[in-house]
Amino acid sequence: MVTIKTGTHLPTRAGSLNGVIVPEQPGKNAIEVRGVRKVFGTGENQVAALDTVSVSIRENEFFTLLGPSGCGKTTLLRLIAGFDFPTAGEILLHGQDIAPLPPFKRPVNTVFQSYALFPHMTVAQNIGFGLEMLGKPKAEIEARVAQMLKLVKMEALKARRTSQISGGQQQRVALARALAPQPKVLLLDEPLSALDYKLRKEMQIELKRLQHETGITFIFVTHDQEEALTMSDRIAVMSAGKILQVGTPRDIYDKPAERFVADFIGETNFLTAAVADMGNGKARATLKSGAVIEATVADGFQPKDSATVVVRPEHAKLVKGKGDLSGSVTNVVYFGTDTHIHVQLDSGEAFTVRQQNTRTAGCGFEVGDAVGISIGNDAAQVLRD
Amino acid sequence: MAKFSIKHQPGFTAIATTCFVVLYMPIVVLVVYAFNAATSTSEWGGFSLKWFQSAWQNTQVIDATLLSFQIGSVAAVLATIAATMAALATTRTAPYRGLTFKYAAINQPLMVPEIVTGVALLIFFSRVKIFTGYSGLGYLIAAHTAFCIPFAYLPIRARLENMDLTLERAAADLYATPWQTFRRVTLPLLWPGILAGLMLAFVISLDDVVITEFVKSGGQDTLPTYMLGQIRRGITPEINAISTAFLLLSVAIVTLFFFVSRKQD
Amino acid sequence: MATAEQVAKEAEQSDVRARWLLSAPALLIILVAATGPLLIVLVYSFLTPGPYGDVKWQFSPEAWVSVFMERDIFDDTLSLAAAHITIFWRSIKLAVVTTIATLALGFPTAYFMATRSEKTRDIWLFLITIPFWTNLLIRTFAVLQIIRNEGIINTLLIKAGIVSAPVQILFTDTAILVGMAYVYLPLMVLPIYASMEKLDFRLVEAGYDLYANRFQVLRRIIFPLVKPGVIAGSILVFIPAIGAYVTPVVLGGGKNMMLSNLIELQFGQGRNWPLGSALSIAVMIIVMVALLAYVRNAGRTEVRHG
Repeated sequence: MVTIKTGTHLPTRAGSLNGVIVPEQPGKNAIEVRGVRKVFGTGENQVAALDTVSVSIRENEFFTLLGPSGCGKTTLLRLIAGFDFPTAGEILLHGQDIAPLPPFKRPVNTVFQSYALFPHMTVAQNIGFGLEMLGKPKAEIEARVAQMLKLVKMEALKARRTSQISGGQQQRVALARALAPQPKVLLLDEPLSALDYKLRKEMQIELKRLQHETGITFIFVTHDQEEALTMSDRIAVMSAGKILQVGTPRDIYDKPAERFVADFIGETNFLTAAVADMGNGKARATLKSGAVIEATVADGFQPKDSATVVVRPEHAKLVKGKGDLSGSVTNVVYFGTDTHIHVQLDSGEAFTVRQQNTRTAGCGFEVGDAVGISIGNDAAQVLRD
Repeated sequence: MAKFSIKHQPGFTAIATTCFVVLYMPIVVLVVYAFNAATSTSEWGGFSLKWFQSAWQNTQVIDATLLSFQIGSVAAVLATIAATMAALATTRTAPYRGLTFKYAAINQPLMVPEIVTGVALLIFFSRVKIFTGYSGLGYLIAAHTAFCIPFAYLPIRARLENMDLTLERAAADLYATPWQTFRRVTLPLLWPGILAGLMLAFVISLDDVVITEFVKSGGQDTLPTYMLGQIRRGITPEINAISTAFLLLSVAIVTLFFFVSRKQD
Repeated sequence: MATAEQVAKEAEQSDVRARWLLSAPALLIILVAATGPLLIVLVYSFLTPGPYGDVKWQFSPEAWVSVFMERDIFDDTLSLAAAHITIFWRSIKLAVVTTIATLALGFPTAYFMATRSEKTRDIWLFLITIPFWTNLLIRTFAVLQIIRNEGIINTLLIKAGIVSAPVQILFTDTAILVGMAYVYLPLMVLPIYASMEKLDFRLVEAGYDLYANRFQVLRRIIFPLVKPGVIAGSILVFIPAIGAYVTPVVLGGGKNMMLSNLIELQFGQGRNWPLGSALSIAVMIIVMVALLAYVRNAGRTEVRHG
């Protein structure tokens, strides 16, 4: 195993190397985005791609920007890389404002969605390009390129043109090329979207390994919620130019703050409820069925008459008798590992329960069955919107 | 805050702007002086159409223009037909023996300086003239057709290569014979390319000085060779007037060409 | 019984036959009225000049000798033909400088055009296409009117008091150079633009991301990627420039001859068709050498570390 420590090549002391700013005093946050707005176009065609976004990304963190296309996640990444400049706000790298710097003066590297490998260079030349531009001695470049080739297991293909290698291999070269100059922060713009399912799974593990081994902060952009959940230390969910929630994958999944977050990540049941007895992040929610359940409450929740409560399908249980909710089965869908049972509630709402399958028995419910649904403590979350 | 633009390169915009200004300035001056009332081509004597009038009454100019059009249209049509057939024969196929040869042969006139082709045709056609006694327009038409073929071939081939083969397979699947497929599917889709090729060939033929100068027999002056003769003798605003009219025609054809070839998608 | 394999093979053969038949007219016309006669030129270059032009069918290497040499009238000794060498040198020099000048101007112009928004790009393309297809003689004539002693440049210079007498530009090598650069510039811009338009600017972003500055991005990424366009443009400019006829006639005024004028002379007053033929072949050789150099340069791959 090759272990690479940060700072062995880029000096950690303050100063500049070839005009590349090396930050003073590494702080706790690798990147701090403060009140950044980005507006494209002019006049009537103005579109705010980012609407006053603030977020802090910690050192050595695998941080994911998650959201549907057009939510502004790639724009934010491009602002950090220096390909675009914010209309307003600051971007700090280890406490220093890098917003006015051109991309070639930022110790930040990017893995492009299209990989953007130079077609007129070999694999090794691609990987060495950044170091060459930094004016490193030849011997050092060669050693580093060899090290990177080994890290991404591409030694055998180093003399190939980038057009002569497969998509997965191009992906590895793109990674090696961006990691070679040992950036403070690595930006990854949907780097796995062009790969097929199996390769994508492999690369997810590979990326995690590389992040762990290099100790570099990764900022990863994706629209794939599963990818985000499996790989990230923390996730920022974005929509329409805003960051809606930042948290660990568990936080995001189990305690979504807003309807969009709950809906975008995984499957969810939405129920209308009256919320009372708030305190300590918890409350008592009275559902339409009259049942009262204990629920966690999203940060920033403002007390109101009618709130939305979410329950994940696997956190609810289907019972033959009476539960917290009651209704009748409308559809039973088999998924291999589990079965989804769709229920029409007496309140008129729809509810889905996910039930783990066993090898021998069926799920035990059929369309038309009158059923109850019991919701355990800590299964429900009250949204703020 | 210093804004960094990915696409900016220092000085490039200035050079490009200068190039465009310099490209058009002489043409504008030429056109303006075509409307000069003074006989001298250096002073401005007021607006006048008299040089257009004098060119219009100059039978040599009219004859040369007619001859240019005659040669240009015949050569362009012949070159376009030959180029269309050649394009059909050299595109959308697995490489076969002789394909590279065909590419090289069709593009060969582009690789030879006009003066060399001119000399070669002068020698060859002078032999043929002695042998057959024929000294008509055939020589000029043959020469023009030959050097127009690679130009006509260019847009037709490009169009064919961008064409969706499945359309023809679909036609064949719907019981069309190869000829019906060509007539009803291939040709209508290819039409903009053919039109573009035809216009290019016509302009190229109209443009030629060198090869015509060497191939023409006595009394076979095209408009460019007539103009060259006049310029050699000394310049009068009449040349400006003829040039302006010629320019107008070129711009009209180029505009048409531009829209035909841009409308491909 | 024909097997499926035989049927497939026959179908393929008949397809190739049909393709030859289809391309026959174009190939035939080009063979008769462009390529074939070049061989006759080669033959003529080894014959004896006829008294009133044309040739006598008698082998003689004399034409090739006189490409670079002069025979003394009295004692038959050979010496270098200074006049011919000057003309060769001038033609090659002017063609090379024209190619370099149009590249230096055309590359930024093509880059500028390719980096415009998609809507305005078509307008710029249209603006460069018009001079591209405008009669070369007319454009040369337009340059003539600008640079001659009574032209707009000299008039302005005198009016501004910068010079007292007109600067003689016309009938100099500079005039030929300016004229050729002017008329051939679109030939350089268009192929480079075609390459540049396809350039993936994400590669440029990647270059900047990997610490390359503007100049390094231009030299190490943009230039190598648009090199096919640069090579095509250089060929398209160099070939007509080395054989330029109209420009030296109109702007060089007969005194500053280029190869094409020297060749024409042999078929006119010179009445030395074999020498004209030999000179034509010499021009072809220069073109072929240039083409080979370009092609080899294009095929060469840069190999650095690794």
